[in-house]
Amino acid sequence: MLEARFRPGDRVRVRKAYPLGHIRTPYYIRGQSGVIERVCGAFGNPEELAQQRSGEPKQPLYRVRFLQKDVWPAYRGNPEDVVEVEIFQHWLE
Amino acid sequence: MSEPGKYQPYSYFRLMEVSLRELLVEKGVLTEAQIADALEDMRQRSPERGARVVARAWVSDSFRRRLLEDGTRACEELGLDVPALRLVAVENTPQAHNMIVCTLCSCYPRMLLGIPPDWYKSRSYRSRAVSEPRAVLSEFGLLLDEKTIIRVHDSTADMRYLVLPMRPAGTEGWSEERLASIVTRDCMIGVAVPKSS
Amino acid sequence: MGGLPAGKVERTEHDYAEWERRVDALMVLLSAVHGGKRLMTVDELRKNIEALPPDAYDRMSYYERWVTSITQTMIQRGVITTDELGRKMEEVRKRA
Repeated sequence: MLEARFRPGDRVRVRKAYPLGHIRTPYYIRGQSGVIERVCGAFGNPEELAQQRSGEPKQPLYRVRFLQKDVWPAYRGNPEDVVEVEIFQHWLE
Repeated sequence: MSEPGKYQPYSYFRLMEVSLRELLVEKGVLTEAQIADALEDMRQRSPERGARVVARAWVSDSFRRRLLEDGTRACEELGLDVPALRLVAVENTPQAHNMIVCTLCSCYPRMLLGIPPDWYKSRSYRSRAVSEPRAVLSEFGLLLDEKTIIRVHDSTADMRYLVLPMRPAGTEGWSEERLASIVTRDCMIGVAVPKSS
Repeated sequence: MGGLPAGKVERTEHDYAEWERRVDALMVLLSAVHGGKRLMTVDELRKNIEALPPDAYDRMSYYERWVTSITQTMIQRGVITTDELGRKMEEVRKRA
């Protein structure tokens, strides 16, 4: 199991990358900045599990909170509205 | 041309389902009994399970706190198994309303709510719940005050989500069973709120 | 799919047909959600659905996509072969 690099409250950015394969980091969130809401624990890497590999070592998974007004240019709503997404550590910097 | 009562041929995909199942049974990978048990198990899983969790949280503040801290363990207290996946309960407050979606596929807390409805899996819900939650909620007939913050949860990995709605006024003194009866599936997804009448 | 333009949410629900429930049950069993030998992962299910051509994705129903993906995975893993599947499907078709 890999060590968790981030803690709740840390500001993080989601990497921008568009490789082939099965990925659980939605397009709309790549390149966005947010805050760690919680550390979920460590889980098998879905990118590897999808290819019939073990997904080990388990990767730390985080819930990251983003302000909707940052994510969507035309967002209409409360400026404090958020979207919270689970993101694996290797997509965060 | 079909005659009434005449057996209709299978579609390609139904042929595939029957064939796959028969091959797996022939090869000893699965048994008919296992399949029947799994079907029955899924039939048992209905939103009533989730409603029990919500009702308990409404009557017991300490359960509520445990539920919010570790959803899986709290469900286990009620004898509800949450296999492999982790449950995160998110609480509605007067300041904030929660809504669940899986933009990537259709992840859903099946162990508590059963099989998700068609609309939850639809392109329109999955695309718009994240980008225009208020508009989507209004299509469900839920109009929130402008000052209410909306938290949309995109179920992208191993966690599964249950919305813990606010207990409506007019339910003082109700039994847990009666409270559970007003907690609908849509309330636990976050596109509706429970009503006391 | 998040954020793509789309129309109103149609609040449809349908009673799942028996064959659809069986597909669902197969997935639960094969991915060993409740124990037993794990023969595939939900990640492979998703990957194989993502691999469907865009027009096929829209033409197929939810469980049609699932049964295709599960079957594809079983072939990829060598649990069944293409030949076995083809012969069985013809046998079933003739029976029906």
